[in-house]
Amino acid sequence: MNENPRNFPPVSTTAPGPRHLLWLVLPLIVLVAAVLWLLEGDPLRGFDNGAPPVENLTVERTVLDEDGLRLQVRAGSSEPMTIAQVQVDSAYWQFRQDPSGTISRGDTAWVAIPFPWVLGEAHKVTFVTNTGATFDHEIPVAVPTSKVSGSGLASQALLGAFVGILPVAIGLLCYPALRGAGRNTMTFLLAMTVGLLAFLFVDTMIEASEFAEESAAIFQGSVMVILTAVASFLALVAIGRRHGGSPTGLALATYIAIGIGLHNFGEGLAIGAAFAAGAAGLGTFLVLGFTLHNITEGIGIAAPILHIRPKIVHFLGLAMLAGGPAVLGIWLGSLAVAPHWTAIVLAIGAGAIAQVIVEVTAIVARGHDARGDYTRMLNPAAFGGIAAGLAFMYVTAMLVKIS
Amino acid sequence: MLRWAQAALSRRSLLLGGGAATIGATTICASKTVAQEGHGNHGAPATAPMSATMPSQHSAHGAMITVGTVDNDRNGFHPTKILTDWYTGTVDDLPDGRRLRTFEIAAEDKEIEIAPGVMFPAWTYNGRVPGPALRATEGERLRFVFRNYGSHPHSMHFHGIHAARMDGVPGAGLIAPGEEFVYEFDAKPFGCHLYHCHALPLARHLHKGMYGLFVIDPDPARHLDNAEVAKSRLYGSPENADWQELAMIMNAFDTNFDGENEFYACNTIAHCYAKEPIRIEKDRPVRIYLVNITEFDPINSFHLHGNFFDYFDQGTTLAPTLRMVDLIMQCQAQRGILEFTYREHEAGLYMFHAHQSEFTELGWMGMFDVVETLS
Repeated sequence: MNENPRNFPPVSTTAPGPRHLLWLVLPLIVLVAAVLWLLEGDPLRGFDNGAPPVENLTVERTVLDEDGLRLQVRAGSSEPMTIAQVQVDSAYWQFRQDPSGTISRGDTAWVAIPFPWVLGEAHKVTFVTNTGATFDHEIPVAVPTSKVSGSGLASQALLGAFVGILPVAIGLLCYPALRGAGRNTMTFLLAMTVGLLAFLFVDTMIEASEFAEESAAIFQGSVMVILTAVASFLALVAIGRRHGGSPTGLALATYIAIGIGLHNFGEGLAIGAAFAAGAAGLGTFLVLGFTLHNITEGIGIAAPILHIRPKIVHFLGLAMLAGGPAVLGIWLGSLAVAPHWTAIVLAIGAGAIAQVIVEVTAIVARGHDARGDYTRMLNPAAFGGIAAGLAFMYVTAMLVKIS
Repeated sequence: MLRWAQAALSRRSLLLGGGAATIGATTICASKTVAQEGHGNHGAPATAPMSATMPSQHSAHGAMITVGTVDNDRNGFHPTKILTDWYTGTVDDLPDGRRLRTFEIAAEDKEIEIAPGVMFPAWTYNGRVPGPALRATEGERLRFVFRNYGSHPHSMHFHGIHAARMDGVPGAGLIAPGEEFVYEFDAKPFGCHLYHCHALPLARHLHKGMYGLFVIDPDPARHLDNAEVAKSRLYGSPENADWQELAMIMNAFDTNFDGENEFYACNTIAHCYAKEPIRIEKDRPVRIYLVNITEFDPINSFHLHGNFFDYFDQGTTLAPTLRMVDLIMQCQAQRGILEFTYREHEAGLYMFHAHQSEFTELGWMGMFDVVETLS
């Protein structure tokens, strides 16, 4: 017969009206009745095989200071759970839990232990619940968690400037030299931007997933990261094309700066978290490696604006937009933020990077005659650009990769 | 890009650069007193025994101790009371003039609190861990009426001299739930022994709590060359009454069943004698019947602070097998008698613990509160 849905008769011929919505009460009543029956009648007690409840405990924040250790834990058990005792390095220690008592599913509590930790050494905290289950948490290198202080903020800002703002600024300083770029050079530069953004995308997604794995199971790490990245991508594409057509010129440069900025914010969070967790082995060489690694970001931002005349303030704005978030990230991250926040920020950054990959690719494809042809991405200049972008990022990443 | 950070994270040690921070937490002094407000499953707040107004017995380990108190009433046994709670059974005279001593023991499943707030699904003899401390006299006829009210097959395997069919192994006195068996044999040799369940798998039945002391006192009439010593060991004799005798079993619990113990103790409850020191009158000698039943670890040990003791390995001799030691070690099921006195000491708190620091710090630590003898 006729399978075309357009030809199906309407479900109802009565005019839609508020009375219709009354029917929503019916499913609601059924739901409430089912919940009440489950809670009151306990019809599923046949499944109660005497097994203890499934317990889960995730340590989200670890703070070390002169009073000992403070850890923020999140419960993820099937029933409210109780921390009965706490070991540090296989010894029971007194502890103070705030709020005290049981921790409901999804809730957090702070556990303070007056433990005389040893600078630069490793410690292991073990939580023993009332059922005897144990949850371990490693402190790989014990260092004092940074506190908000003027000098601390300043030195962290300096670090953020070196890994975020400086490389972008250096890249943007190439602008005058690149102004005379011909068609092929232009294609090469834009394609190189695509290449470096592709590297950043992969890198950011992997980092986001790693942080997601550390976060409490209740947040469903991988799903959260992918959904956040997709939502961020779609939102930015929609905003970028709200006037129809993909953004160009200063607008596109701004979007690239936003994408890189979000990435650098996540990166900053992660660097700060690494500091908070004791990874203090940050040498001058590594910082320089980071700077070099990120220089192409500035060139990428400069590429779309080579044929217009931006003002100096635009360059400053773009540099701050792309690099400044690294400073904010390090500030926040060093206060030991929970891993799911870092994962979310990195995922938003990944979505933003995907958006600019699509838009820059669109510009390369459009070419100078404004005819969309994505095979242009395969011409020698574009292909070489992508390869150069990826290769540069990969090789400079070796400078900052230790193991 | 963060690989450098993650790599640095895995380092066990850290080379500190010139500008590295040096505010370690070493300033945390051991006398700091904190405690959790109490466990959700407890009626009483756990803060009381930790308050600064309490005597200093806690400060010996400072903040390194379990938090809160165990509900001994709910457990049905009190660690301080089981130190001296000997089960001597009921006595009848046999036609041949000997004495028949009968014990009634039941296996039952029971959830017990082995450390403040931590519940353990134990298998018990007579509802307690360790099981009742059985005490008889050399030469008596012993009868143990054993009933299995538990959910698994169990037995009583005695370390002693008996017939194969009384051994409590599969095929010889191992009984299914709901069944009953009577073990019967003569009380020999005298000494400090133990009994435990010999159902398989042995490790599970042991660490779930099925063990207890089995002390056979020497009959002074059989040891005329050493009668005074034998009399002092004979429970209920006037010579024995002067001694302060303590029943102690070194045990441990693997609460997450990963083959490693989370809690170590003397008489089940982690830190029980640290929080409630054992009162000792300094003029009366002390005798400890000590058994190690710790599962998963090859040995356990007993170290006494500020004093030395004589040791009778397995208790089967009336002369010490070790003299003047302050530390002995025992493999699983090894046991012995410790004798010492505080007569020449100042009154005060004297620590005792396993000298495996890990065991100590996971709960096997206690205190003798040595006081002037009241007379």
